[in-house]
Amino acid sequence: MKVSEKDVLYVADLANLELTPEERARMVRDLNSILEYVDRLNELDTAGVPPMAQVSDRYGAPEKKGAARFEYAMRADALGECLDHKLALANAPESDGTFFKVPKVIER
Amino acid sequence: MDLNSLTVTGAATAIRERQVTASSLAENCYRKITAEDGEIHSFLTLSKERAMAAAASVDALAAKGDPLPPLAGVPIAIKDVMVTRGVRTTAGSRILENYIPPYDCTAVARLEAAGAVVLGKTNCDEFAMGSSTENSAYGPVRNPRDKTRVPGGSSGGSAAAVAAGFAPAALGSDTGGSIRQPASFCGVVGLMPTYGRVSRYGLIAFASSLDHIGPFTRSVEDAALVLGIIAGRDPLDSTSADVPVPNYAAEIGKPVRGMKIGVPKEYFPEGMDTEVRAAVETAIQLLATKAGCEVVPISLPHTAYAIPTYYIVATAEASSNLARYDGVRYGHRSRESGTLSEMYRRSRDEGFGPEVKRRIMLGTYALSAGYYDAYYLNAQRVRTLLTRDFEEAFKQVDAIITPTSPTPAFKLGEKVDDPLAMYLADIFTVTADLVGVPGISIPCGNSRAGLPIGMQIMARHFDEPTLFRLGHAYEHARAV
Repeated sequence: MKVSEKDVLYVADLANLELTPEERARMVRDLNSILEYVDRLNELDTAGVPPMAQVSDRYGAPEKKGAARFEYAMRADALGECLDHKLALANAPESDGTFFKVPKVIER
Repeated sequence: MDLNSLTVTGAATAIRERQVTASSLAENCYRKITAEDGEIHSFLTLSKERAMAAAASVDALAAKGDPLPPLAGVPIAIKDVMVTRGVRTTAGSRILENYIPPYDCTAVARLEAAGAVVLGKTNCDEFAMGSSTENSAYGPVRNPRDKTRVPGGSSGGSAAAVAAGFAPAALGSDTGGSIRQPASFCGVVGLMPTYGRVSRYGLIAFASSLDHIGPFTRSVEDAALVLGIIAGRDPLDSTSADVPVPNYAAEIGKPVRGMKIGVPKEYFPEGMDTEVRAAVETAIQLLATKAGCEVVPISLPHTAYAIPTYYIVATAEASSNLARYDGVRYGHRSRESGTLSEMYRRSRDEGFGPEVKRRIMLGTYALSAGYYDAYYLNAQRVRTLLTRDFEEAFKQVDAIITPTSPTPAFKLGEKVDDPLAMYLADIFTVTADLVGVPGISIPCGNSRAGLPIGMQIMARHFDEPTLFRLGHAYEHARAV
């Protein structure tokens, strides 16, 4: 087993999830089964193969180099249309009309 | 005229020639949805007010005799992962149950600007994570062709809406096969364009290096028409490509004689479903004998590594994208939270379903200290190998044809308890997402049980014209 219940608790913490005890047990089982399958990637020799993060690495202006290839994705640093303040707050679970409200961050 | 079997082209023509008004066409769609969608459950939200207003403005233009835009009055359904201003958008998740977006997705805005009438938002797997639409927090969709079976996923509601005759077209999203696989299961055409071809502004993000928007339609010609409207550079999406948009509709009917079709042996493995194999092989033969294409056996040697690569890359990106659901600015907030940290956790625990949690966990694990190189970085390297497979293949051939899915639609409940079995439903579709090439699924017959089978055509980056030419040539060869 690659993933223990302790690992699941650690990863859940990183992901801001809590999970019920039943969910944790199921997660141990599922993650191990999926990771075992993923291990077949180790059959390949990937030394010296560059990682590919984005398909768009492969397009843009091919005659240009580096960031210049993607100049089209840049825009002028000019103020555009902004979302209306009231509209931006409209979906907030809690707001005071000016700000989003959250529970206390610092406990005394 | 049967209003429920109209194509996009047919509906646009009928409205232009004043055989039907946009309002009566939309009303007719809603009547059918009201009568039949209770069982199929393809829609989550209907946007009737917005649709009838759009239809009325098309009718007003037509009454004045003004020229009409290309999709004037054409009803269309939108997968509920694309935001629509003022119309609830849930992504199939409880966490967005009451979310009313303040802006429109670019693809939807472009369709409306072209005169289309947005009927409503379609059901889907939560955050587009799934292959059967059974992961929707609002209950599954049933396949209109056999209601005991799934419509595929994750865009199952969009595929079912088109197959059931509720709308001549729908938009879906495809991250690992979520347009092409449900199109195949429901017997309609589903197109995933090249990565970057269509703006994702306003598409609720799942895996940003893999997400695509594309149409479901009843013909290849319609797919070309809709793509022509939604494609092209959008300053609001920095990954949308600055590549000119050709006249896709003009490809329809162009000859395909001499075109080279690659048939990769890895997509026809020993022991595969015999009916799927036979249907796709027959379709390829038809393109050879009737349309004059040349069939070339090829190999895509890393195919078996696509699913594990996909489930690392996609979940890693998802774990990062879904970090935004924190119960602060929008979405569900748990009522039972004393501190900020508790609020984050409980809101996410209550709001996300099991598959979404599984993928967030897997992705977080793959990105965590000590595992990043072994999983995420290594998967990105294999992604390069998969891309090289396609580059080599496209030196020899113009297109690649495979089955879209290893089987026809499976039964509801059949795979829900086995995530890995569900992931393998995407075995023939994930590679195109990873490589970024376009793919289209086209109906190519039925199983003996009457279930649709789809064939997938893939082409080089930005070579959608080849998909449309070949796809239409196949439809034509089959019809004569």
